[in-house]
Amino acid sequence: MWTVNGVNLNMLSEKETHEIAEELKQYKTRQAASVEALKIIQRSRGWVDDEGIKDLSAMLGMTPDELDGVATFYNLIFRKPVGAHVILICDTVSCWVMGYEKILAHLKNRLGIGLGETSPDGLFTLLPIPCLGACDKAPAMMIDEELYGNLTPEKIDELIKRYGWKG
Amino acid sequence: MSDRPLTQSMRPDGEALTIKEYERTDGYQALRKALKMPPKEIQEIVKNSNLRGRGGAGFNTGMKWSFVPMGNDAPRPKYLIANADEMEPGTFKDKMLIELNPHQLIEGMIISALAIEAEIAYVFLRWEYRLAAARAQRAIAEAYENNYLGKNILGSVFSLEMHLHISAGRYICGEETALLNALEGRRAIPRAKPPYPQISGLWGKPTVVNNAETFSNIPHIILHGAEWYKGLSRTTDGGTKIYGMSGRVKKPGLWELPMGTTIREILEGRAGGMQGGYELRYLIPGGASTEFLTAEHLDVKMDFDSVPKVGSRMGTGTLIVIDDKTCPIGVLHNLEKFFARESCGWCTPCREGLPWVTNILEAIENGQGQAGDIEALAMHGESLWLGRTFCALAPGAMEPLRSGLKLFKGDFEQHIIEKRCPWR
Repeated sequence: MWTVNGVNLNMLSEKETHEIAEELKQYKTRQAASVEALKIIQRSRGWVDDEGIKDLSAMLGMTPDELDGVATFYNLIFRKPVGAHVILICDTVSCWVMGYEKILAHLKNRLGIGLGETSPDGLFTLLPIPCLGACDKAPAMMIDEELYGNLTPEKIDELIKRYGWKG
Repeated sequence: MSDRPLTQSMRPDGEALTIKEYERTDGYQALRKALKMPPKEIQEIVKNSNLRGRGGAGFNTGMKWSFVPMGNDAPRPKYLIANADEMEPGTFKDKMLIELNPHQLIEGMIISALAIEAEIAYVFLRWEYRLAAARAQRAIAEAYENNYLGKNILGSVFSLEMHLHISAGRYICGEETALLNALEGRRAIPRAKPPYPQISGLWGKPTVVNNAETFSNIPHIILHGAEWYKGLSRTTDGGTKIYGMSGRVKKPGLWELPMGTTIREILEGRAGGMQGGYELRYLIPGGASTEFLTAEHLDVKMDFDSVPKVGSRMGTGTLIVIDDKTCPIGVLHNLEKFFARESCGWCTPCREGLPWVTNILEAIENGQGQAGDIEALAMHGESLWLGRTFCALAPGAMEPLRSGLKLFKGDFEQHIIEKRCPWR
């Protein structure tokens, strides 16, 4: 158990607390650091749980609802658990024109899940994402922090194997 | 002096210019020049250059800056922000500029901060641009190490902090006042204007927000002057533009060309024309929130004044090409679904109207359109317009819908009467 500003933080780890404290130094107000702090929680846990919101809000001087209002606003802050790897598949106009539906169907078929779902082995969560700015390499997707363009079913099979797909 | 100032020095291997490489191409010479100029003089040069905002709205940049209160009585600190939250569908130009020449953006920002007496600067970058984030972070550190940022820049009295803020994925953060709320750690809903950010922006202080491509032009304008910059263009808008094209063309990509290059020159001259087996049906000239243009508009100049004369906007200048094998109702459905999902939810017409429009388009696309659907879509096209919504997202969503209702009346009717999509 550690304290910051007299608040007992049961659930934030020492590492999380330390990283967030460092981040707070970079920002003009504690609230301004909220997006970055949420990402720190997410990096260590995979997603942002209710306890994380409660403890982080105390550290930032926000109410839990205020902070949840920020967390739920962003496409890439996850308030539900996700798999080991997050696939963000672009479903916006240029990717749609260039074959999004076909590669989505292939991914859904291979992984056995739909959009918003996690594969039974916990390896992949499949999410739609708006325009990735890879329009000249459409159709495109990201897996975690990597961008992949000019996707074909063959390329997708090769990629998911690379990330550990055994099926 | 090149006629392609933004891209001339870029490395062909896709690596970012290091600070040393940037300095070897006159990098940071413009800053040295600007440090000796009074702020108002910098503003005048930029105003006279006819540089217009490259984020899509096209407001004269120097004029935008002129609304910032100046001098000893001005509220402090003043802020300068680069909008690098590029999420307009079909747009990918700022990504290239930041990945390949981040110092060009940084130098442009420092000079612009001088012009408005700003002390603190932010680059507001979308999360999905991971490579741009790493390169921008490194370039900012290099700039600090070389005294281009920090206290007493190059021995002058001017000091500037610069921070990279990475967002977490939401289109509305690209709206300048929503961006300010995001930076303040609030839910990123837009703000009412007036007051404009130049008067009351970040934490209520004078703030200028400009697009990343806009700032990238500034060093060249200062180095070579307003007349040179105007001379690069074919029209009254100054400079060059990073144009782009995607869709079923042979060579999708980005090209720096004189402002006022025609659509035909981009489509046929650069993108190699349509892929084999496909004909051009229509184009979306400046990202999703612009009205459609057709083959009759191929000789229209892509600049801020010429495109409105034919009923659309240049917007971001990255065109989306739609071929004759793609269902136009499907395209409209896709566009409106994007806008509906990205609505911040604050004002009723946008929050309720965009999903309504999307559901109607989905039904029509799936052969379940009904009598009255077209009228309902047209009603939204009239109602969700400027002055009736809290920001420009919903009006932007209505631009393609309004033009689609005009251009594709026959396709709409066919879907509804035949109860199917003829393209599937």
